[in-house]
Amino acid sequence: MDVNWLDANYLPWLIPVPPLISFMLIILFTGRNKVLSHSIGVGSVVLSFLMAFGVFLKATGTDDFGPNAYGDSIKWMDVGLSEFRMGVLVDPLTAVMLFMVPIAILMIFVYSVGYMGAYPDDDPHKIRYSRFFAYLSLFAGGMLTLVVADNLLLMFMGWEIMGLCSYLLIGFLFEKKSAQQAAVKAFMTTRVADVLMLVGIGYLYAEAGTLSFRDILYNAEVLERLGNSDLTGYLGLSAASIIGLLLVIGTIGKSAQFPLHAWLPDAMEGPTPVSAMIHAAAMVSAGVYAVIRMFPLLEAGGNPHHAEYTAPLILMGVIGSITALGAAILGVGQNDIKRVLAYSTISQLGFMVAALGIGAYVAAAFHLITHAFFKALLFMSSGAVIHAMEHGEHAAEHGHDEHHAHHDEHAHDAHAHGHSSYTWADLNAKIEHGIEAGHLQPGERTPYGADYVGPNGELPDDAEWKTSIPQGLKPDFVAKPNNIALMGGLINKIPVTAYAMLAGSASLVGFPLITAGFWSKDEIIADAMTFITNSGQFEGHSPWLHMLVFFSLVIAATFTAFYTTRMWLLTFWGKPRSAMAEHATLMNHVDEEELAQAQTPLKRFWLQYSNSALMQGPLVVLAFFAIFAGFVGIHGDFPVLEWFTGSHNFFHEFVGPSLLHEPATIPFKIWPVLVSVLAFSIGAGFAYLVYGVPRDSYEKDPVQNMVGDPVWQALKDRFGFDTLYLATFYRGFEWFGRVFSYRKVDKETIDGILETVAVVFNNIGEAIKRFNHVIIDGVGDGIPQLIGLSGRWFRNLQSGRVQQYLLFTAVMLLAIGLFFVLRVL
Amino acid sequence: MGSFISNVLNFLILWPAIGAIVVALLPSNQPNLARWVALGMSIPSLIISIGLFYAVMNGDPTASGYHLEYVSEWFPEIGANWHVGVDGISVTMVLLTALLTPIALLIAFEHTENTKVILALILFLQMGLVGVFVALDMVLFFLFWEIGLVPMYFIINQWGGANRKYASMKFFIYTMAGSLGLLLAIQLIGFTVGDVKGLNGPTFDIQTWHEVWPQIGRETNLPGENPGEILGVSYTAVKYYAFLGFFIAFAIKIPVWPFHTWLPDAHTEAPTAGSMLLAGVLLKLGAYGFIRLVIPLFPEELASPRTLLSVSDLNFTFAQVMAGLGMLGIVMGAFSAWAQDDLKKLVAYSSVNHMGFVVMGIAVMGVWYSVMWAQSPDVNDPVLALQMAGQGLEDEDIAKYRDQTQLQAATIDELTSDDQKALAQVKLDAELDMDENMQSANVALNGAVLQMFNHGLSAAAMFLLVGALYHKAHTRDLRRFGGLWHIVPVFGGLFVFTSMASLGLPGLNGFTSEWMIVSGAFPYFEVMVLISTIGLLLTGAYILKGIQKVLQGPPNPDWIEYHEHHHSLEISYRETIAIAPLVALMLITGLYPNWILPVINERVYHIFSAFIR
Repeated sequence: MDVNWLDANYLPWLIPVPPLISFMLIILFTGRNKVLSHSIGVGSVVLSFLMAFGVFLKATGTDDFGPNAYGDSIKWMDVGLSEFRMGVLVDPLTAVMLFMVPIAILMIFVYSVGYMGAYPDDDPHKIRYSRFFAYLSLFAGGMLTLVVADNLLLMFMGWEIMGLCSYLLIGFLFEKKSAQQAAVKAFMTTRVADVLMLVGIGYLYAEAGTLSFRDILYNAEVLERLGNSDLTGYLGLSAASIIGLLLVIGTIGKSAQFPLHAWLPDAMEGPTPVSAMIHAAAMVSAGVYAVIRMFPLLEAGGNPHHAEYTAPLILMGVIGSITALGAAILGVGQNDIKRVLAYSTISQLGFMVAALGIGAYVAAAFHLITHAFFKALLFMSSGAVIHAMEHGEHAAEHGHDEHHAHHDEHAHDAHAHGHSSYTWADLNAKIEHGIEAGHLQPGERTPYGADYVGPNGELPDDAEWKTSIPQGLKPDFVAKPNNIALMGGLINKIPVTAYAMLAGSASLVGFPLITAGFWSKDEIIADAMTFITNSGQFEGHSPWLHMLVFFSLVIAATFTAFYTTRMWLLTFWGKPRSAMAEHATLMNHVDEEELAQAQTPLKRFWLQYSNSALMQGPLVVLAFFAIFAGFVGIHGDFPVLEWFTGSHNFFHEFVGPSLLHEPATIPFKIWPVLVSVLAFSIGAGFAYLVYGVPRDSYEKDPVQNMVGDPVWQALKDRFGFDTLYLATFYRGFEWFGRVFSYRKVDKETIDGILETVAVVFNNIGEAIKRFNHVIIDGVGDGIPQLIGLSGRWFRNLQSGRVQQYLLFTAVMLLAIGLFFVLRVL
Repeated sequence: MGSFISNVLNFLILWPAIGAIVVALLPSNQPNLARWVALGMSIPSLIISIGLFYAVMNGDPTASGYHLEYVSEWFPEIGANWHVGVDGISVTMVLLTALLTPIALLIAFEHTENTKVILALILFLQMGLVGVFVALDMVLFFLFWEIGLVPMYFIINQWGGANRKYASMKFFIYTMAGSLGLLLAIQLIGFTVGDVKGLNGPTFDIQTWHEVWPQIGRETNLPGENPGEILGVSYTAVKYYAFLGFFIAFAIKIPVWPFHTWLPDAHTEAPTAGSMLLAGVLLKLGAYGFIRLVIPLFPEELASPRTLLSVSDLNFTFAQVMAGLGMLGIVMGAFSAWAQDDLKKLVAYSSVNHMGFVVMGIAVMGVWYSVMWAQSPDVNDPVLALQMAGQGLEDEDIAKYRDQTQLQAATIDELTSDDQKALAQVKLDAELDMDENMQSANVALNGAVLQMFNHGLSAAAMFLLVGALYHKAHTRDLRRFGGLWHIVPVFGGLFVFTSMASLGLPGLNGFTSEWMIVSGAFPYFEVMVLISTIGLLLTGAYILKGIQKVLQGPPNPDWIEYHEHHHSLEISYRETIAIAPLVALMLITGLYPNWILPVINERVYHIFSAFIR
């Protein structure tokens, strides 16, 4: 095979490969060496980044790239007379993803080196340090596979590999019951959607005979045939609608949309870089990316710009609106910094899904990109905050000296054991230490909460499944280092993080004109608002979905501004509200002696600040994109700025041609901009009024006073969805499996019937045996017995006494004579 | 050399038997000798099987679609020949058998009592399994079918767990009960076909059966005094009961829900090597029987509509029943697996779940094969074809297709049977998308065969791992485990990998075949496929339960103590070597299934296209 691997046509094949190889290398070979492992991980992502950037440059440099998208494929499956081809495709949508994803992933990897490195040696984070980078690599490989895939099946492979990685990473601290359960919850909830999506993919393959994006989505004839509702009879929907519904359900699971959103807040059990990976660069974006990718199929047979909504579009519009608004409201009631961000993620994804429901293809893609940057930034910032708080917690409770002594002891242990500092004794000591200190609660942030009995213990009589929610997953549980009520004043402790997070928050709330989030959110709202600004386009149809989306999103945007501002102010503003916040820092644990030995200032700096730099460096890079990434997508006719943009909306003009029929830009109107600014001002302004005034304590939140305790409790309980699902689906399914399927059906009914049959046959056998015994054996054995018996009896006759013989003879003669006499008569 | 190649299938059957005898004759007091001799004897089979696989991949089949056929007179008195041959489907199974046998032998090394006997039994079992897959004569088929039972009975009965007597008895009696009907049906068909062919006695040649038996009763010029009857009973009824005999025998073996309850017991009580072969290969015999025998012999019985309890609205076909049972296997198997506290039983139930997909794929084959058969020139019954495809002739069809048919009558009942045929043909051509249905059926059956192979790999690997843990920990109770990942990192990694393959993670083997079956079956059985997704969902639940309950959790001090002072829990080198080929194949098949699919597809396509006019 004559392949020039430097040819740009082959480059897309190679993009996902380095992280996948990195995964294998770390798992199989380098697991023991932490530095080598993270070097391989970061190196592989750098390679992918360079290749992806090359592809991106080539794509943006090509005129009229949409119709000239390129790809390559190999034969993957022979079935019947046709074949299934797997391959890669680079079109404008892929190209922008290839810009965003590798940058975000690279930043997450660099950050992870600092984040994971900052844990003490005996912490499970540090013990499984190499494995973390292996999982992260696999995750990156899966995401990049998904992005470059040229068909739905390969995309689904990347999709599911990420599902597995998120399971492994959320459950990274698998000692914790809460982490285990959160991991299972995430995997199972998304699997509900995935299996239906799988059917959708199968149906699409059966109908279209191919799964290639280009052959289906860029092919008017196929789209028309699938969109024709006369051909299939199911519920009066077209094949495209049914497939579309199933695919959208897949996204509802993956992107945590209502009603399958409940897994995402719990996914915060994973280490923070994982949250960034899941919520920003990869997994949840993948869900939205999938529907953006499949958009032509979803709208086949309809036209949202004329308010002819197809079933998948309605599903997206309605679900997206509910999710955007509901999650934004829930975001207000959270005190865990990561959960605030989790709800904001759900909400923002709702924005994108809703936007797609009304056909705002480019706007949804644009928001996907900007959101990925600022949300990765926010999560990584929150990780830095939590780290600083954890350090502060440690320092506050033990004092610096004691801490250092403790640390030295461990370092000494490590040397004593030679290869690893990790022993069972260490771990148990840590557990006991934590319990004594009182800040470790069983089943919480400790390795407690198991429900097994070991090799020798006594098993409980009945196999009751323990389904109680572990402490860490209780809706109103907030871990101390994550609690924004206990923070405050951190802007003085970790200023770089504070300003980076300010940039991210500003982008999230859509701070007018200078943030990326403003431009992308504004574009969605402008699209939704066309029912006012450009009602002519609907040609008399009722644009009810546009209205629904518009009002939900505007209200959601207001709430977003409120809770984000609240979060930032509570974290960084005012003065420290706890000893942890007082002592918060990102500096390394370094002992003085080592510091004194350092030769150069650079080395001294690195000893003290390496983790701090590794964590905060990526924040600065992402902050840049969180602010400036939006300028590529400004409406061409925006007042004043049109002088700079030359009346071009670069993003729209580049991404739009991914579709066969390039979506038209809507004419510029000032109203949507004003609405966006108004939503921001109300939300953020109100939050500043409430939280801008420094307080000593937030034991009782001001909002709680305003809305009343029941509402506040409902917010903290996440409107009760988790409890409801646990009580209905989980327990119902569990009953069905354990009691109905296994005990009632298999054991009692089927085996019962079998046993009855066995008993019947056994009895028949017994009966035959007895028959043998009595009749056949009786006859068989009876004849010889009878002969013997009669022989014995006759022997008695031969007594040898003549008198007796005479008597017998006389009797016989009498009898015979009597016989003849009777005959004659 | 030429004679060896033409005898290669005989070699594959007889070599393991020779191996078994050799091992059995070795001195009992030298178990190590027996171990290595047994392993050594199984390697040539593997090498030859790989060669055979490539020969089938690259060679051209005969007109009947088989490779390397070999016929020799064997039992002329009863008309049985030694007739063997392979096609793409059977060679896949032969490869699976030859691959799993050495691995099972390697695992059976762990037995210290009567070591050489269990090794010999495993080799003997291999003979029976290969024999079933390559037999093209029904007497031969049945012989090997029964031979497969005996060694497995003894393996469970002698080396099994605490409840082994019950489990082995249940396994043996259940399968024997199924075989009884099969044996009777084989005799019946053999004599009838011989009769029809004008032979002097019965014939048991499978290819002859395929040609003759389905047509019997449809032709007018039948021999005998009473045409249309056999032994005074109508052919329809005879064929129906013969069909039931076949159906139940193979359904028990797969096992199709609700004939499955022998499986959890047998799998759980069998020693590890036995479970591996039981799940890996023995279950495939049933599915293979369906593909090779039931569907080609009984298309009419399988797919023509019947009424339930004589209520005319309650129409069903056996193909639908089969798909429904497949669905129940998928769903209920997953639920029952989830309910287990015994890890091995959990894995055993997962076989019910996974084989449910195979059943569903085979049901699709049943529908489409029957439609093609009814349309073939020999049968030429478009009305039946239409019914088999799930449609019927309605009165309004006359009006709809009046232009093409020029029929004047207003209702179906007024038409002559020829007119009905003409109308049905027009409707078939107009409303049945031949290409699409053909493609879907191809996808489904390819998927079913691939799923048989994939399940062979992943189920064997799962049982291997469960056995590896049980052998050291002496318990399989999930409530006792937990926190083992700290102690056994290598085992943990392998366990997660294999579990994920079993779960159907894309990129690993199980996904490809499950997706193919879902895709191929959806156009035929939409609702059932949708309900089956509950089973797919629950697959995740029980797999994750296994991982969570075994590996996750804080390090358990009791197990650490056990690990350090009693017995290492980590997987041994021998077991790692045994599982390595399975792991490699699971990954390779997941990433590039086309190393095996063309071979399967050749035969699958041949099956469906045999009737194309």
